[in-house]
Amino acid sequence: MSDASSPALRAEALESLLIERGLLSAEAVDDVIATYNDRVGPMNGARVVARAWTDPAFKARLLADGTAAIGEFSFDGAQTEKLVVVENTPEIHNLVVCTLCSCYPWAVLGLPPRWYKDPAYRSRVVREPRRVLEEFGVKLPAATRVRVWDSSAEVRYMVLPQRPPATDDLDEAALAALVSRDAMIGTALIPPRGNRGE
Amino acid sequence: MDGIHDLGGRHGFGAVQREADEPVFHERWEARVFAIVGAARAAGALRNTDQFRHAIERIDPVAYLTHGYYGRWLGGLETLLLEAGVVDAATIAARLAEFGGDPGEPSAARPAAVPDRVTDAAQASSRRRAPAPPQFAVGTAVRTRVDVRARHTRLPAYARGRTGTVIAWHDGWVFPDSNAHGAGENPQHLYTVEFTGSSLWGNGAEPDTSVSLDLFESYLEAVGDE
Repeated sequence: MSDASSPALRAEALESLLIERGLLSAEAVDDVIATYNDRVGPMNGARVVARAWTDPAFKARLLADGTAAIGEFSFDGAQTEKLVVVENTPEIHNLVVCTLCSCYPWAVLGLPPRWYKDPAYRSRVVREPRRVLEEFGVKLPAATRVRVWDSSAEVRYMVLPQRPPATDDLDEAALAALVSRDAMIGTALIPPRGNRGE
Repeated sequence: MDGIHDLGGRHGFGAVQREADEPVFHERWEARVFAIVGAARAAGALRNTDQFRHAIERIDPVAYLTHGYYGRWLGGLETLLLEAGVVDAATIAARLAEFGGDPGEPSAARPAAVPDRVTDAAQASSRRRAPAPPQFAVGTAVRTRVDVRARHTRLPAYARGRTGTVIAWHDGWVFPDSNAHGAGENPQHLYTVEFTGSSLWGNGAEPDTSVSLDLFESYLEAVGDE
């Protein structure tokens, strides 16, 4: 039995009608899955972060014009019209939300996690960002300013997290492996080495 | 519009529910909905992102909160496909029955009796030249307007009638409030405006916090103007 109250069957019904009308191919759904599982995702943003950590000239370009700087990579998929990269420092912690819908920098982070799109995060993070961060396990010094970016137009925001200490021996690829999706949204810090629980 | 989608600052939604090792798509139907966006474009039912966002804002508000992200997209897409006459409700109901579903299941879609005529060709970019020079310089204090109609807007309720500081200027962009309705692109300058936590939430604000929003020029007035 199908669950009549869920949108699942309705999506299937609509898909089949659109295929019959020649507006959709039966393979389109598999293309979508392959694109966002394999080619477009936070692994792209992690490469950007790792390069910014290792190449000061790139970091300067990234903070000055994020759109142009990510053009130096050849990422697939949806393009971001304007990307602004905001840097976390000991003094300032940034985090990103879209309260009106679920705008997210697809080009560098792929599709957002469910919690980013759900009402709890969207409603709370503009009003009580420190409390939300604590629930995510992010403990900030009281003196750290918290800046929330509500993506209300076509500008997309990505956080450049702080590089963890004692990582001088790591190359760009090894550094990229340390960068989590949530750190680039601003809801996580990158833990020091030897404390990663993996 | 003051719709259910405008969630910034609302109380009562509880803790953020996270999921370890979350898949990109939880179920195949979510990717189906993603693919249907392309079909709605091909059919001319979906012309621009602003129109799509507004269609999502118009769906049944209970469904908005309970059907999840792709359920919301589905409600918006079905709204646009019905408004454009690409499919009709009876045909969808019949297909649901064929698939073993309940043909009487209420839909989240809310097609308008007299839909907006959004006929512009879809464009990849929404950056445009604004017709006049920017009105506000970086560093200027601005206040957001309070008037809102039951139409699309990108000025959230929690940031209306508030005073903030322009911290960046992003040149000209298509204005969503008119573009969503087929009323022209009306390009405007876009600014990032930073609001202190206390200017938004008063004494209830957490210390040393701010929220920045990207706001179109017509949302703003210079402080001191009346």
